[in-house]
Amino acid sequence: MVNATLRGPEVLGIRAVAGVVRARQLVRAFAQECRLSLVEQTKFVTAASELARNTLVHGGGGSMTAAMVEERGRRGVQLVFADQGPGIADVDLALTDGWSSGGGMGLGLPGSRRLVDDFSLDTAAGHGTTVSITKWAR
Amino acid sequence: MCRVASEGIPARLTALLSARGADLGVSWADSVTASLGGRITRAEVERELDEIYTALVAALGRGSLDARGEAFGEVRALLTELSRNRARQGFSPVETAVGVFALKEVLEPSLSGADGDVEAYLRFAGLLDALGLFTMEVYSRTREDLISAQAEQLLELSTPVVKLWDGVIGVPLVGTLDSARTMVVMEKMLQALVDSESEQAIIDITGVPAVDTEVAQHLLKTVVAARMMGAECTISGIRPQIAQTIVALGIDFGDIVTKATLADALQHALRRSGVVLTRTAPVAGS
Repeated sequence: MVNATLRGPEVLGIRAVAGVVRARQLVRAFAQECRLSLVEQTKFVTAASELARNTLVHGGGGSMTAAMVEERGRRGVQLVFADQGPGIADVDLALTDGWSSGGGMGLGLPGSRRLVDDFSLDTAAGHGTTVSITKWAR
Repeated sequence: MCRVASEGIPARLTALLSARGADLGVSWADSVTASLGGRITRAEVERELDEIYTALVAALGRGSLDARGEAFGEVRALLTELSRNRARQGFSPVETAVGVFALKEVLEPSLSGADGDVEAYLRFAGLLDALGLFTMEVYSRTREDLISAQAEQLLELSTPVVKLWDGVIGVPLVGTLDSARTMVVMEKMLQALVDSESEQAIIDITGVPAVDTEVAQHLLKTVVAARMMGAECTISGIRPQIAQTIVALGIDFGDIVTKATLADALQHALRRSGVVLTRTAPVAGS
């Protein structure tokens, strides 16, 4: 589907809160290089922040892979968050606004889906979780 | 036969190192001092290296070539101290590791060219590589410790609470708002409300780069805590991109008053405390 990778992939470990901060900074750098508008940048960085925190809190740590990609002449930033945690038993429930397994607001996963262009979730109970998101430059 | 030879390697190395002991020590110290560009005195370098050298010879004397083994415990302890000091003094990783690697070059001229020597040298080089890597490991760990210590210091520094007007305090937030920082901010703000007998607080998030659900949740908790003390909170500094992101995320700020700028928030707070501001004709000249 993706024709070419323009930058990256860069892999970042998310093992502590500092990893979430670094993830945000890396994503902002990618978003700026891809010339996303300020609003798009902020949305994308916020989505990355949510997913990075999920990787840390629910997945027990994992990694983020960032790349700038090109597809049918449009550019975008693609992020893949992967962890080897317990996985999500009920995906539909997890994607429901306001449902949280922790003490959060329950908006991280469904909210970040609304903040990006492409969103895919690959998980199974006991087999970790992988979330891929993409934002295309307009 | 090969096994016999490799068993004799530590002994051969001990012989090589001890035979030219003082000599080697001097050239090692020369080489390291030169690479550090005079930021550490020759005497200090000599003292450090002398200890490491003695421990290294002693470890080889016990017939071991395993850098992670028990025999090298003393060497590792000394290297740990050396790389910690270098990391704290701001030396680069290269300048730190060179202390170990320089010994390789120094030993080169003392090889006789005999078969056993080549193997001995190669094994010694391998040992020094392992010790060099160990040094780097300690170095980066020390740097990480330094960074997290600095992060904690920043936490203390970066949360001022300022008085904007009689009965109105302001909390300008800059940077990332995580759980630890929110605790500090909340404590400081609530205490300031009591100390200054204020009934209006303005939390300004102009300097917060992204508001995600965690940040929002922390903000909401702070506002609720202030309300319980009878104070009203306004959140200001909501830029257009932040507003759009919050809406898309689905965060509901409820009945909390939010404003685009600190000026708007101050005006709102003043109005609520019954202060009437009037504009008069500007005073010409002075």
